Amino acid sequence: MLNPTILWPAILNGVTTGALYALIALGLTLIYGVLHIINFAHGALLMVALYIVYFLFRLFGLAPYLSLAIVPPVMFALGYALQRGVIGRAGHGRDENILLVTLGLSIVIENLALMLFSSDTQTVETAYGFSTVSVLGAFIPVPKAVAFVGAVVTALALWAFMSRTDLGRAIRAVAKERKGARLVGIDVDHVYAMSFGIGVGVLGIAACLLMPSYYVTPQVGHGFILIAFTIVVLGGMGSFLGALIGGIVIGVVEAVGGLMLGESLGQIGIFAIFILILLFRPQGLLGHRA
Amino acid sequence: MKRLFLLLALFAAMALVPLVVRSEFWLNVCILTVFSALIGQAWNILGGYAGQFSFGHALFFGVGAYAVAVLQVHLGVNPWIGLILGAAFGAGVAVAVGWLTFRYGLRGSYFALVTLAFAEVFRILANSTPWTGAGEGIMIKLSPRPSMMQFKDLGHYYWLLLAMTLACYLTVWWLDRSRLGARMLAVRDNEDAAAAIGVDAFAVKLQAMALSGLFMGLAGVFYAQRYLYLDPGIAFGPTESVEALLVAIVGGIGTLFGPLMGAVVLHALSEGAQVALGSLPGANMVIYGTVLVLMVLFMPRGLASLTRPRSRRKGGRDA
Amino acid sequence: MLDVSNLSKTFGGLRAVDDVSLTVAEGSISALIGPNGAGKTTLFALITGFHRPDGGAVRFMGRDVTGEKPFRIARAGMVRTFQIVQPFAGQTVRENIAVGAHLHIADRTAALSKAEDVARKVGLADRLDVDAADLTVAGRKRLEVARALATDPKLLLLDEVMAGLNPSEIRDVIPVIRAIRDSGVTILLIEHVMQAVMELGEQAWVLNQGRLIAEGAPRSLAGDPAVIEAYLGQGMARRLAGGRADA
Ligand SMILES: Nc1ncnc2c1ncn2[C@@H]1O[C@H](COP(=O)(O)OP(=O)(O)OP(=O)(O)O)[C@@H](O)[C@H]1O
Ligand SMILES: [Mg+2]
Repeated sequence: MLNPTILWPAILNGVTTGALYALIALGLTLIYGVLHIINFAHGALLMVALYIVYFLFRLFGLAPYLSLAIVPPVMFALGYALQRGVIGRAGHGRDENILLVTLGLSIVIENLALMLFSSDTQTVETAYGFSTVSVLGAFIPVPKAVAFVGAVVTALALWAFMSRTDLGRAIRAVAKERKGARLVGIDVDHVYAMSFGIGVGVLGIAACLLMPSYYVTPQVGHGFILIAFTIVVLGGMGSFLGALIGGIVIGVVEAVGGLMLGESLGQIGIFAIFILILLFRPQGLLGHRA
Repeated sequence: MKRLFLLLALFAAMALVPLVVRSEFWLNVCILTVFSALIGQAWNILGGYAGQFSFGHALFFGVGAYAVAVLQVHLGVNPWIGLILGAAFGAGVAVAVGWLTFRYGLRGSYFALVTLAFAEVFRILANSTPWTGAGEGIMIKLSPRPSMMQFKDLGHYYWLLLAMTLACYLTVWWLDRSRLGARMLAVRDNEDAAAAIGVDAFAVKLQAMALSGLFMGLAGVFYAQRYLYLDPGIAFGPTESVEALLVAIVGGIGTLFGPLMGAVVLHALSEGAQVALGSLPGANMVIYGTVLVLMVLFMPRGLASLTRPRSRRKGGRDA
Repeated sequence: MLDVSNLSKTFGGLRAVDDVSLTVAEGSISALIGPNGAGKTTLFALITGFHRPDGGAVRFMGRDVTGEKPFRIARAGMVRTFQIVQPFAGQTVRENIAVGAHLHIADRTAALSKAEDVARKVGLADRLDVDAADLTVAGRKRLEVARALATDPKLLLLDEVMAGLNPSEIRDVIPVIRAIRDSGVTILLIEHVMQAVMELGEQAWVLNQGRLIAEGAPRSLAGDPAVIEAYLGQGMARRLAGGRADA
């Protein structure tokens, strides 16, 4: 069962899939780290980004990787507006309210997509979609290799942005000490919306990198929500490096679990990790109490 | 006592529905509405009274549904006994989940997400084990006899459901005037303050889980017998989880009549939309989602706050 | 009735409570005083199980209750109030107090009527149907006391129930506390209001930076150089002197 000739490709596949998971989780962890809220609409917003990539390709022939110039800014704007207009007003002092309102948003978004685009599975055909590269004897599709590199670069860029730019520093100040930040004249609501926008913008990057090797349906986000949450808690809430490593770990767990237990049971490992971490490391990994 | 009278009068009126409504379509709408009112109230016991928001309430629904179906199909257990077992399994799984999560101090959003994860785990398990029929689902043999809890007349299903629902609402009526209910509200509003005056918050939350899981389990039994078919997505998927919390939140959490109001309003809206827009896939859910967002934004204590000024003020924005 | 021995608690590097021992006699009113941040509230939290001590022991009515859960300690008869009031917002005053009454009374109606009795004792009888969130500061402090009192405690730990009250409100509360003691409840209170400590306290301990630095009758403590030293810079030396003049 643990024959290396089967295991290595599975691990490699897990690592590249995991990097994509990580990319999706990066936005979630940024939002959590700054606003201390859980964005349940993250999966639905990923789906929106995937549809934009898809339609840019279908209607204008724009290649998914070129969409990188368009989709992330559009998603950023969407995220900014959502936080300012809806999510930021919903808390009433209880964090469950945020969860509820983002759940409501995800229901609306998913079902609007269902009404508009039907439940058909859509894919993007590219010349490189089926080409592969060899890594130490195992083959992986080119889009997955690109996505892996993209995820690592995005994580690094986010990290540099947070530590090297004025806005990044303001965001970190707000994350740490909201009242204090307000006192020194930082526009906290704006910073919140910027952070939320960036978190959603990263989903735009993820969508462009994901689309060539994946598909889109109105429900596509479902599969990613709990996985992304798992990565966020695994990597430590708010940590970019943690999200990257956590994503890869989860990708490998899923691939190897699938190899050993079969496709559907393999996923159980992810949820087991999620539950166990929340139960046994609540302080270390959350540090946050209602 | 006035509230008990009102409650009984309402249910008596509702019991007349099958005698008045002859159309199968409308009777079905009524069944769906009462079903929502049942799972909404079940969710409300845990979410509204004890203050623990669950995102995975389908877990207990699914456990009850699979219990009656699997026991019947594989072991020939009569569904009336299955009803008791389904409710007991629902309560038992709820207590187990509660024991794990509350023991380790999970609350707020984390509790919500963990319940969702548990529901997913059960969905995957049900998808992979042969005796649940795995992905193909499980079918209960058609034998339309009351002794097999199957009825030729839709009205009889309605009455069965109404009886379950009445039991649930009476339980909540009792909670409203019992020590356990008072303790649930105390735990919901401030766990530390409750502990300081002798409330065992852990035990109170487990009791809320047990009651909530019990009625979700009952709802599962009803579902299995009504449709005679289950698959992992129906049983443990997000649909019932969302419906349960939506109904309670729209109606007003922590109130006896809130979930009933929520169920009626949501189904009225969705029927209205069907008439106006025709049946578009997803249209219903768009309305539900929009209502949820609007309620959390503008009326976080639900419709019931319109009738109770005290709770309306409380629902106002945080200072 | 309460025996605290060598209790310690560290937060990070900070020794919030450092080797504190004290004994509260049954039927007494005693006071715990000390400057802000001295560790008074933390000591209460250690005694009532809200924090787990790093070292030391708490004995209540001859039983070791160190590290027990708060609700168990409350059931044993030792109940604290919170310096930062913790009402069940959204519930009425009556409902708030009834939760305490339910500790020993299962029946809802009986608990609600007991809540009324207790409300009368602390002067909340006219606000029974008010939402706890709408009470004034003075009202909320009374509610804290009422909720605790409704549990029929043997020992009541009151954490600054007079902070934020004006002088006339303080004058009203002092007899309330005395009456509670006279009904057989032992009281240990944390208080900055020296007038109250002087009038009520039979015994007082002074806590500074986590350590007990003096104990004795409140009046004798007011002249203690170590105590004045501890308060200096906080402007408390003057308040102490003022308190003595008032008394
Ligand atoms: N949970 C905690 N974590 C970290 N530090 C704490 C915690 N609780 C209290 N402290 C610190 O311990 C010290 C003692 O605090 P405590 O609240 O017991 O003081 P206090 O004597 O009650 O003061 P005050 O008169 O202001 O109420 C303070 O320095 C406080 O900042
Ligand atoms: Mg204090």
